[in-house]
Amino acid sequence: MLEIKNLHVKLEEEDKVILKGVDLTVKAGEVHAIMGPNGSGKSTLSYVLSGRDGYDVTDGSATLDGEELLEMEPEERAAAGLFLAFQYPVEIPGVGNMTFLRTAVNAQRKARGEEEMSAGDFLKVVRAKAKTLKIDADMLKRPVNVGFSGGEKKRNEILQMAMLEPKMCILDETDSGLDVDAMKLVADGVNALRDAGRAFLVITHYQRLLDHIKPDVVHIMAAGRIIKTGGPELALEVEKNGYADILAEVN
Amino acid sequence: MALPQAKQGVLAARIAGLSLPQGGWASAARADALARLSAMGMPVKRDEYWRYTDPTSLTTPDAPRAAVFDASDEAPAFDGIDAVKLVFVDGVFDPAQSDDPAMAGVEIDRLAAVADRDIHWAQGLYGVLETHGQTPVQRPLAALNTAFATDGVLIRATGKAAKPVSLIYIHRDETSDAILHHCIKLEAGAEVTVLENGPAAARFTKVMEVDVAEGARFHHIRTQGRDHERRAATHIFACLGAGALFKSFTLTANGVMTRNDAVIELLGDDARAHIAGAAVGDGDFHHDDTVFITHAGLRCESRQVFKKVLKNGAVGVFQGKILVKPGAQKTDGYQISQSLLLDEASQFLAKPELEIYADDVKCSHGSTSGAIDETALFYLRSRGVPERMAQSLMVLAFLAESIAEIEDEAIAEDIRSRLEGWLARHER
Ligand SMILES: Nc1ncnc2c1ncn2[C@@H]1O[C@H](COP(=O)(O)OP(=O)(O)OP(=O)(O)O)[C@@H](O)[C@H]1O
Ligand SMILES: [Mg+2]
Repeated sequence: MLEIKNLHVKLEEEDKVILKGVDLTVKAGEVHAIMGPNGSGKSTLSYVLSGRDGYDVTDGSATLDGEELLEMEPEERAAAGLFLAFQYPVEIPGVGNMTFLRTAVNAQRKARGEEEMSAGDFLKVVRAKAKTLKIDADMLKRPVNVGFSGGEKKRNEILQMAMLEPKMCILDETDSGLDVDAMKLVADGVNALRDAGRAFLVITHYQRLLDHIKPDVVHIMAAGRIIKTGGPELALEVEKNGYADILAEVN
Repeated sequence: MALPQAKQGVLAARIAGLSLPQGGWASAARADALARLSAMGMPVKRDEYWRYTDPTSLTTPDAPRAAVFDASDEAPAFDGIDAVKLVFVDGVFDPAQSDDPAMAGVEIDRLAAVADRDIHWAQGLYGVLETHGQTPVQRPLAALNTAFATDGVLIRATGKAAKPVSLIYIHRDETSDAILHHCIKLEAGAEVTVLENGPAAARFTKVMEVDVAEGARFHHIRTQGRDHERRAATHIFACLGAGALFKSFTLTANGVMTRNDAVIELLGDDARAHIAGAAVGDGDFHHDDTVFITHAGLRCESRQVFKKVLKNGAVGVFQGKILVKPGAQKTDGYQISQSLLLDEASQFLAKPELEIYADDVKCSHGSTSGAIDETALFYLRSRGVPERMAQSLMVLAFLAESIAEIEDEAIAEDIRSRLEGWLARHER
C-alpha cells in the first residue's frame, strides 16, 4: 500500500536536514506503529507524505499503491486515499465543521468521479458516526476545531477519517491529550475501520494506545531514520526501558 | 483662508454642465447647497480626508467611460425577496419596470415627480442632515448632490412597512453620470427595509439621508453591482432618536472606484447603529469606506464591521471614527476593519480613530491586515478540498462577521450564496 524508499527531506528555508533516508513499507490490512524520541522526524514524515509546503525532498520516493505521492497536490493525495490525523488539529474560524466535512467528502468523491452525497444522506451518516465518537450536534455546528478541547479535536480527526474512509491512515499522536475513555473511543473508531483493504500508520509515544490498536509492526525512528523494526514487543520494550538501549545498540 | 485655486477650478469645471433645478419646495435647499459647495470647492488629492483615495475621477466634468458588465449569469440580488421595486436606468426612473409604490405604512414619492410642489414633508430632511454632516469634515460631493440631484426617492414610514423597498440601479450607458438623492424618514416606531442593487451608472453620486425617530427601525442592505469600470461616491447621513435602530450592510465586488461615506449621529438615548461592509476586489479595484459615528445620547451602541478581500493589486481603504460627545455616558462603540490580502500586490490602508469626551464609555477598535492562513489552507486541502475551493471557504469565513450584521436571514442568505457563486466561478 505505502512504500517509502530512502526518503531524504530538508527544510526549504534552512539548511536543516530532518529525514535522512527513511525506508518503510506498509501492506494493505496492516497496522504499523512508529515510536521515537521527540524531534526525531515523525511528524515531518507525515507532513511530507500529505504534501505540506516548506519541505524539500532531496532524495527518495513515496508511493501509494504504486502512485508517486510526492508529485501530487495535497488534495490529490487525499482523493487517492491518504489521510493524516494531525498531531495539532487546526482551528478554522468561520468555517462550520459540518460544511467542512461535507465539502471534503464531496470534493473527494468528485475527484474520483463518484456521485456527490446528498445533504440528507450526509447528515444521516455524519450523525451516526459522530454519535459513536461521542461528538455532539453542537460540535458539528461549531467552526472547525475552534474552542474544542484537546481531546475533542482528536476525536474530530477520527470523525473526519470515518467520513472520508481513506485507505491509508496516518495517525500522528492521536492518543496524546485523550483521557482513558476517549482513547478507547478513538481506538474503537480505528478498529471499526480496519479491514483487508486499509492500512494504518500510528505514531505514538505510548504503549497504551497499542493495547487497543494492536500493531503488526513497530518501528523506532531516531534522528530522521527508522533505526529498528520489530513486532509489538518492541513497543513494550520502549515503554519499559526508554530509547537509550535501542539507540546504544544501533550506534 | 483663501480657497486653493485648484479646488475652485475643479468645481467650476464639474458644475459647468449641470443645471440647478429651479422652483418647488427643494429649491431653497438646493441654492443653499450650491452656496456651501462654492465655499468648499471640490475635493482634491491633497485633502486630508482624501488621503488614501484620489477623488479625481469622481470630480471630472464628465464621467469616465465604464463598460457595461453582463451580469446575466446570475439572478439580480434580492430577486427572490418580495419587495416594492423601483428601477432607475442610468439614474433615470423607469416606470415600466417599477412597481406601484403604494404600500401600507409607507408613503413613497419620487423627487423629480414632486419637485414643483410648494410643500412636501421631505423639505425638513432634504439637505438638512447633509448640511449637518459637513462639520467637522467637509463633504463637497454630498453638497454637490443636494444641489444638482436629478431624482431620488422620498420614503416616509409611519408604521411597519409590509415589504422592503428595493431600489434597482441599472447601468446601460457607458458614459452615464447619475446623481440621485434619497430621503428616508421613519416616524416613531416605524420600520422599513431599503434594498439597493446595481452599479447605477458609469459614475454614481448618491446621497441618502435617513431620519430614524424614537423606537423606529431602519434596515439597509445594498450590493453595488459587478461592473468593473464603474465609479461611485455615496453618502449616507443618518440621525437616530431614542431607542432607534439603524442597520446598514454593503456588499461590493468589482468597481474601479468606490467611496462610501457614512455619517451617523446617535442623538437619543439607547439608540443602536450598525454599519457593515464586505468588499471583494480583484485587480483594478479601489474601495474606500469612510465612517463617522457620533455618540450624543446615553447608552448608545454602535458597531462598524468592515471586511475586505483583496487580490491582484486591489486597494482597500477604511477611515472610521467614533466621536463620543461630552455626556454620552455608557457608550458602547465597536469598530473592526480587516483585510485579507491574497497576494503581496494588494494593499489595505486603515485609519481608525477614537475621540472620546465622556468618561464612562466602552470603545474598542481593531484593524488587521493579513494573508490567508496557510496552515488552515493545508488542513483543508489535506482533506481533499481543492486549493481554490479551500481558499473560497476561508474567504467566506473571513467575511462572515460582516454578513452576520444583516438581520433578515433570507437577505443574508442571498448575499452569502451570491458570494459563494462568485468565488466558485473563480475556482474554475
Ligand atoms: N518548519 C520547521 N522549522 C524548523 N524546524 C523544524 C520545522 N519542522 C520540523 N523541524 C524540526 O525538525 C525536527 C523533527 O520535527 P518533528 O516535528 O518531525 O518531530 P517529531 O518526531 O514529530 O517529534 P514529537 O515527538 O515531539 O512530535 C525537530 O527538531 C523540529 O524542531
Ligand atoms: Mg510529532
